[in-house]
Amino acid sequence: MMITFLSVVVIWKAIGVIAAIGILAAVVLYFISKKFHVEEDPRIDMIVEFLPGANCGGCGFAGCRNLAETMVARCTMDGCKCPGNSAENNAKIAAILGIEAGETTPKVAVVRCQGTCENAPAKVQYDSAFTCAFANNLFAGENGCPNGCLGCGDCVKACNFGAIHIDEVTKLPVVDEEKCVGCGVCAKNCPRNVIEVRPKGPKGRRVYVACNNKEKGAVAMKNCKAACIGCGKCTKACPFEAITLENNLAYIDPAKCKMCRKCVAECPKHAIVAVNFPAPVAKPAPAPAPEAKPEAAAEPEAVKAEAN
Amino acid sequence: MDKAEIKNTIRPLGKKTFHMGGVHPEANKIAHEQTVEEFPLPDQAVVYMTQHLGAPANPVVQKGDKVKVGQLIGEANGFVSANVHAPISGTVSKVDMVADISGYKKPAVVIDREGDEWMEDIDTTPDIVREIKLSKEEIIARMKDRGIVGLGGACFPTHIKYMLKPEQKCEYLIINAAECEPYISTDNRMAIEHAEECIVGVEIALIASGADRAVIGIEDNKPYATAVLANAAKGHPKITVQPLRIKYPQGAEKQLIKAITGRSVPNGALPISVGCIVNNLTTTYAIYQAVQKNMPIVQTFTTVSGKSVPADKCRNFHLRLGTPIKAVMDAVGIPEDTGKIISGGPMMGKAIANLDAYAAKGMSSFLFLNEKEAARGEVSNCLRCGKCVEACPMGLEPYRLQAFSELNRLEDCEKYGIMNCIECGSCQFTCPSNRPILDFVRVGKAKTGAAIRARAAAAQK
Repeated sequence: MMITFLSVVVIWKAIGVIAAIGILAAVVLYFISKKFHVEEDPRIDMIVEFLPGANCGGCGFAGCRNLAETMVARCTMDGCKCPGNSAENNAKIAAILGIEAGETTPKVAVVRCQGTCENAPAKVQYDSAFTCAFANNLFAGENGCPNGCLGCGDCVKACNFGAIHIDEVTKLPVVDEEKCVGCGVCAKNCPRNVIEVRPKGPKGRRVYVACNNKEKGAVAMKNCKAACIGCGKCTKACPFEAITLENNLAYIDPAKCKMCRKCVAECPKHAIVAVNFPAPVAKPAPAPAPEAKPEAAAEPEAVKAEAN
Repeated sequence: MDKAEIKNTIRPLGKKTFHMGGVHPEANKIAHEQTVEEFPLPDQAVVYMTQHLGAPANPVVQKGDKVKVGQLIGEANGFVSANVHAPISGTVSKVDMVADISGYKKPAVVIDREGDEWMEDIDTTPDIVREIKLSKEEIIARMKDRGIVGLGGACFPTHIKYMLKPEQKCEYLIINAAECEPYISTDNRMAIEHAEECIVGVEIALIASGADRAVIGIEDNKPYATAVLANAAKGHPKITVQPLRIKYPQGAEKQLIKAITGRSVPNGALPISVGCIVNNLTTTYAIYQAVQKNMPIVQTFTTVSGKSVPADKCRNFHLRLGTPIKAVMDAVGIPEDTGKIISGGPMMGKAIANLDAYAAKGMSSFLFLNEKEAARGEVSNCLRCGKCVEACPMGLEPYRLQAFSELNRLEDCEKYGIMNCIECGSCQFTCPSNRPILDFVRVGKAKTGAAIRARAAAAQK
């Protein structure tokens, strides 16, 4: 009985002492926080709420908070916009800042290489450190293409959203459109500029040249079956002058492209791909030449097979 | 010379070495005894304009031009750059981009051979010319004109080393004949077959540098070469031969200076900051040829070797630049179990990714590694055993630098001295976990260097 009573007293004593220390510390901390209070714009915290919070660095600032601080300081979103944010969230941020949101085109990373094991068989074997940065310094690549994907996955490591993985069969990176926010960090980490950030397009539909080769056609063909050989057929086929040819490589300007897909049908190397278009039966777009239809249809399928 | 005589010549010279770090790879000097053979002239030579460190040379010939051996075909473009000369006579068939051993395309001049006609002002006789007529300035100008580059492997334009600022003074001229890389035997053959020319070359370099002493450092696995060089240097009071204890990387500039003079080159500084200029032995031969015979570098000495190559086929060749590597391979025959072909020594050399490439200045060997030697072991976790730290001749912590580089922590890379790495590969050689230490350190070094340069550029603005 005595022992129980004593122990209860000890416990209450302990609780009392700890509570006293706690209250004292709270009072001290309260005054210190008053004394050293830093005036901060409350809008910063509000904006951070509507940023992805991945701190990917795609905007060019040191993390989401730094971006929010810059937005508030400049009171604009020009030049300091989150590339990965949804239009909805951007509108909310604009409302906080008291400005017009402006238009945002959702973007997505595309891999401009089709140098699969089948299209571009390896001539040598690479067994050094598994990083593109090093492999790029060392040699032209296992398949001999000096501009193609090296397949070591620096983009995979760089992605903060888990949106890229290396396909086990093709050994090429595959972008998950659902997860990709178009921040462009992968493109910055690719030593060969294989990845490009392009507008996602209406309903995710887009047409682009899936090749980064800058060598002459004959040389490129030796390295890869799917290489753009710079023949220029697509530039002539395009009714909107959206395709330019530079350094033996065609480039489709996303701003000018109307997605008629005439170039897709025309390309002899199937280097131009069109993704997310419906099957050719219910085609709303202006129909390409009838004999080219099967080819045009084959392309998206092939891409889908890669994406799976 | 018999064994006793060699011993008596070398013993009084003593032995030196550097003290921090270093490893002992198997020497495998299989081609040591093979006399250098002249390699047959190729029918077509592809001469790269990038056979040196620095900016590529500008081609000064056009398609259809007739050229003679030794004629200038590429002009140095910028301060760090070197002239390139025609290695064979004939007609220029094209000036184009041609893939080198890495598979990347480099500007090159392609020459179809017609006979073997040399420029008239080049002395092609084998007579040794001992009398040096040129002055210091004329020698340096000649080096520049004849496209002399360091033939130890880095191919740094030699004349730049000798262009000293007024406040700089060269006390020691150090000649690197250490040849610490396994397999390679060209310096050894050079010392044995061209000792006198090399010594004249050293005398010329002494005039150019203004130094009062020249020391030839040579590892003691080459006793015969050491004795021959010591004998050749007898009449030259300024030149001494210094045997060195076998240790890799003895042939690295800073380690060699430490071994011979005991001086340490400060971080980020050049050897001249401690009064030294370092040249390779083969470079002194090239200097001799350029100054005494007006001959540019149109040939290279190359060892072809490997464990699976039959011992009688491990040979030393004297081949013209621009010779197809395939032709050299055919002369030896690629062994069936070859896993990797390396240009320039197993420790620091580069695996050849493209066999349709052509010989260039400074390609001192072609090595055939068998599949077992070529394969990298399975990478496991770092044990923190510290072997790489012990092996590093620059006193760095390679395991740490690798981690920083992998994590892209460039500030830490810089803080821990990644820029001092000489990329000798001792860390990776000694790692029991087979970690790709040097690979990542190279990546980190390149990125850190770029960051430092960007910072300096920003500071200037």
